[in-house]
This record gives sequence, C-alpha cells and structure tokens, in this order.
Amino acid sequence: MQFDQILQYTLSGLSTGAIYALIGIGFSIIYNATGIINFAQGEFVMLGGLLTLSCLNVLKLPLWAAIPCAIAVSTLVGILFERLAIRPLRHPTPINLVIITIGGSILLRGLAMLVWGKDTHSVPPFSGDAPIAIGGATILPQHIWILAITLIIIFINKIYFYHTISGKAMRACSYNRRAAGLVGIDVKRMVLFSFIISSAMGAVAGIIVAPLTMTAYDVGIMLGLKGFCAAIIGGMSSGLSTVIGGLILGVLESLGAGLISSGYKDAIAFIILLLILFFRPQGLFGKADSERV
Amino acid sequence: MKRNFLLFIGFSVLVMLAPQYFRGGYMMNVLVFVGINTMLAIALNLLLGYAGQISLGHAGFFGLGAYLSGIMTTTFSLNPWLAMPLAAIAVGCLAFMIGFPVLKLKGHYLAMATLGLGIIFFIIFNETYEWTGGPSGLSGIPYLELGGISFDTDVKNYYLIWAFTLAVMLFSLNLASSRVGRALRAVHDSEVAAQVLGVNARLLKVQIFALSAIISSLAGSLYAHTMTFISPTSFGFNFSIELLTMVVIGGLGSIYGSFLGAALLTLLPEILRGANDYDIIIYGGLLMVMVMYMPGGLVRGIPALFRKLTGRKGGADHA
Repeated sequence: MQFDQILQYTLSGLSTGAIYALIGIGFSIIYNATGIINFAQGEFVMLGGLLTLSCLNVLKLPLWAAIPCAIAVSTLVGILFERLAIRPLRHPTPINLVIITIGGSILLRGLAMLVWGKDTHSVPPFSGDAPIAIGGATILPQHIWILAITLIIIFINKIYFYHTISGKAMRACSYNRRAAGLVGIDVKRMVLFSFIISSAMGAVAGIIVAPLTMTAYDVGIMLGLKGFCAAIIGGMSSGLSTVIGGLILGVLESLGAGLISSGYKDAIAFIILLLILFFRPQGLFGKADSERV
Repeated sequence: MKRNFLLFIGFSVLVMLAPQYFRGGYMMNVLVFVGINTMLAIALNLLLGYAGQISLGHAGFFGLGAYLSGIMTTTFSLNPWLAMPLAAIAVGCLAFMIGFPVLKLKGHYLAMATLGLGIIFFIIFNETYEWTGGPSGLSGIPYLELGGISFDTDVKNYYLIWAFTLAVMLFSLNLASSRVGRALRAVHDSEVAAQVLGVNARLLKVQIFALSAIISSLAGSLYAHTMTFISPTSFGFNFSIELLTMVVIGGLGSIYGSFLGAALLTLLPEILRGANDYDIIIYGGLLMVMVMYMPGGLVRGIPALFRKLTGRKGGADHA
C-alpha cells in the first residue's frame, strides 16, 4: 500500500469524523443537561439534509436561505420532541427514557419516509465538485466546507458555554442539577435549551454531509450511532475530547474500509464502541481531562 | 397457584382449538408467526421485565439460532433435531461470555452496547456470504420431521411451533414464580438491596441473559425450519425494536402480556394491509403512547381502565 492511498483515506476520514464529532457533541449536551441519551439524535441529522433538499427543490430557495430554514425547522421538531415526549413523562426511569426516545426516533423516521419516500436523494455541493489536489491525494470542496463549519461550530459552542450566562447555567446543571435549581437556574428551561442546541447541531451535520454521501429517510440510525460512539470515546464531553473521538473514529473507519474490507466498515465503529464501554467507560482520555458541559 | 395453573390449561386448550376456527391456510401462517414472536417476546421480557435489563440486540440471537441451524442442516446435512439444541447451546455459551462485560453496564449504556452487538451480528450475517449466502439469504433448509411426519404445512407447523411456545410459557411462568423469579425482581428494584439479601446479582443477570438468548436461538431455529429460507433482513435492528414494542405493549414482567403484545404486533400489519412499510410509524407512536400513558402495558392497563370506567376499586390483578 502506498503513502498516497493512506493520505487519501485519512483526509476523507477526517471529514466524516468531523460529522461524527458534531453529532456526538449533540448527544453529550443533552446527556450532560438531563442524563438522557437521546436515541433520536440521528433523526435530526436526517431531517437537516432532507429539509434542505425540500427548501431547494420545492420552495425554490437559494442555498444560503435553504440552510437556515432547514436548521430552523429541525430545531422546531427538537423543541416539540422535548415538550411532547420528554417533559410529560411521569416515570423518567432510564429504561422508559430509552424506550420513549427510540419510539420518537422511529416515529420521525416513519414520518420522513411518508414525506420524502424511500429513495436516496442527492443534495448539490455548496461550491462545485472540482477536486483539489493535496500531496498525492484529492479532496472535494465539500470536505473543506465540512471541516471549516465544524470548526466554527465548536468555536461558537465554546463561547456559548464559557462566556454567556445561559451557557454557564447549563454547565451548572451538568455538574449538579439540584444545586443549579437552588441557585435560581430554571433547570427545565436548560433541558429545553439542550434539546434546541443539539437538534440544531444535528441538522447542521446532516446538511453539510448530505452533498457528500447522499441522504435518505433512514440515514439517521447509522450516523446517530456513530456520533454516539464518538461521544463515548470522548467520555461524553461536549468539548475537544468528543471532537478527537469523532476524528479518530472517522479515520479508523476510512482506513479500515480502504485497506481491510468495506463490508465490515460499519462494524469497526461498534467494535470500538463496545471496547470503550467495556474497558474505559469514562472515555479514552479519562474523566480528569474531559470537560463535562 | 391453582388459579394460575387453570389459566394456563385454559390458554393451551384455546391454542389447540384455534385451527378449528381459522381453516384458511393464510391465517394459520400468521398464527405460526404469532407463536414464534411470543417465544421471542417472552425471552426479552425475562430480561427486561423481570431482571430490568434492556437489550436492543435480541434479533441478533434470534438470527444466530436461525443461521446456525440453517448452516448445520444444509452445509453439514445434520439432523434438524440435533442442530437445534447444538445452536441453542452455542448461542447460550456465547451470550454467557459476552454477558459479563455487557451486563456490567447500566441503563442507556447497556442499551447502546446491546444495540451495537445486534448490529455487529447483522453485519456478520451479511458479510460471511460463503456460509450464510449474504444478503440473498440461505435456502433449502429442511423441514422438521417426527415419526415419519414432515412438518411441511402451515397447520402442522402451527402445532409444532405452539407446542414449543407453550413449553416456553410454562417454563417462564414457573421461573417467574420461583425463587429465581423473586431474585430477579429484587435485582430489578435494587441491585444493592438484592446483593445484601444474598443474591449474586451479577451472575444472575448474566444467567438470565444467556437463558433469554437460548430461547431466542430456539425460536430462530424453529423459524428457519418452518420457513426453509432465511435472509439477514429478518434479523436487523428494526426487528429488535419490534420485539421491544411487543414486550412494552403487552406489559413488562407479564408472560401473557408478551403473548398479547406479540399477537397484536404480528396481526397489526395484516389488519393494516394497505399501509405496509408505514407500520414503523405506528410502532414508534405506540411505544411513546404506552410509556407515557400505560407504563404497565395492556395486561395491567386494560383492567385498570375498566375499573376506572365502572368506578370499582381494589382487586389486585396480576397475570
């Protein structure tokens, strides 16, 4: 095998990894604010891509308008989900929460199938598809978009969690919900906020990846699970560790698919997931390093 | 005790008489599936309803049983009656081994780990095509035979499957009301308290996980020998969710509830003929509504609703 080949797989792995990171951070934000693993997280990724498509084709919006529109609608779905499914739950035991978020995810997937059908749809890339050569490898402009947008979102996230009142309140909730409530933080509102942020981030991930991989009503399962895997590697942090987790997963998957077997590509993520859960449930970088926001 | 025994006898008689009323071959075929799904729902219920441990990968054990049976009887021409227990033993050993690290996890993490396991099994069924036939499936699996009778029609299969289903039900009912059943419920309520009372919670959880996998494997083998054709799509993530839905709808921790859930979810697509494929919307909606408004499942929810409507109180009803 050649160096060029490995470079190629690594580069494309990094951009898929960035997507996993965005989804993983979405998982972590909700988990840290509420203790819930939202099994419906992947469905927001699916909604982002398919809603952009509808905004482009049905509403005839230009791309710059279609994207915020798709994010807004996905976020609205996230709000509805929290209001209608999570908040009214009378016995929020972990098993009930797993079942209800799974129910929600299937419901969303089914509704998407009803609206967009079972076909795979392609979304046009943001700025053409002329390949760019880097060393012996080539990447598409969309890869650069993905990496740049991911970086920007992580930066905004950092500012939100460390330099705004509501971000700090959310961090307080993640350390101790009861104590946060006692100092006057509206915990229920923070829960809603966490759903808003993660559904918006999921939608962004879905929008930027759609031109690369195509999209369909059922892409949410796999992307969601891999995002969760990234979050687990990162120890459920909503910061850098999950980003690194996503990138590691993306690169390993891409190298595994290219050099070993593409059929087992999806298994790699789950084997990593199981190994981390069994041997390092606190994440690859340990609790001390990971910021739990 | 006597009441429960009579209930079971009554249920068995109904099951045995059912073919008299559903002479049409098609309905018999559906009822065969109800039997297989009942076994699977009971298997998951022992784990989820009694021991309180979730699994989102049970379709994997079901598939493993089906494929092991299928491969042993086709590629190695083994007798199906020998292949079934061999498959069950293999699946049981595997589940016992992976049970130790998996069941150390709790709640959401357990759900994710079992989900991951299920998907790994699914990928293996698809990718080891030299054994399983890959996505195009494995065909030519022989029917079961007993004393010169080949179980090759829906009516014969009905009696075969339901004999096994009733045996699994009886076994599970006994297990639930035995010392083990009480220990499981103790683990469900509080693992620490159960440990203090002298229950080896960790071992017990793994044992029930293995038992649950064995029953699923048995159901898988029976499925393979009655269908004679299997393909990976029957054993994917969606089916694991369907099983979860059956257990939750019927009622966690109720054996008859599992039958009710299995029957309902197997018959539902038949009733909603035009709406094929869209049944997942209904599963999703049902899961959410049940957890929110009837967390005890139909088995407890319906009598409670009835009491509310008739304005009567009391009468602890457990099935």
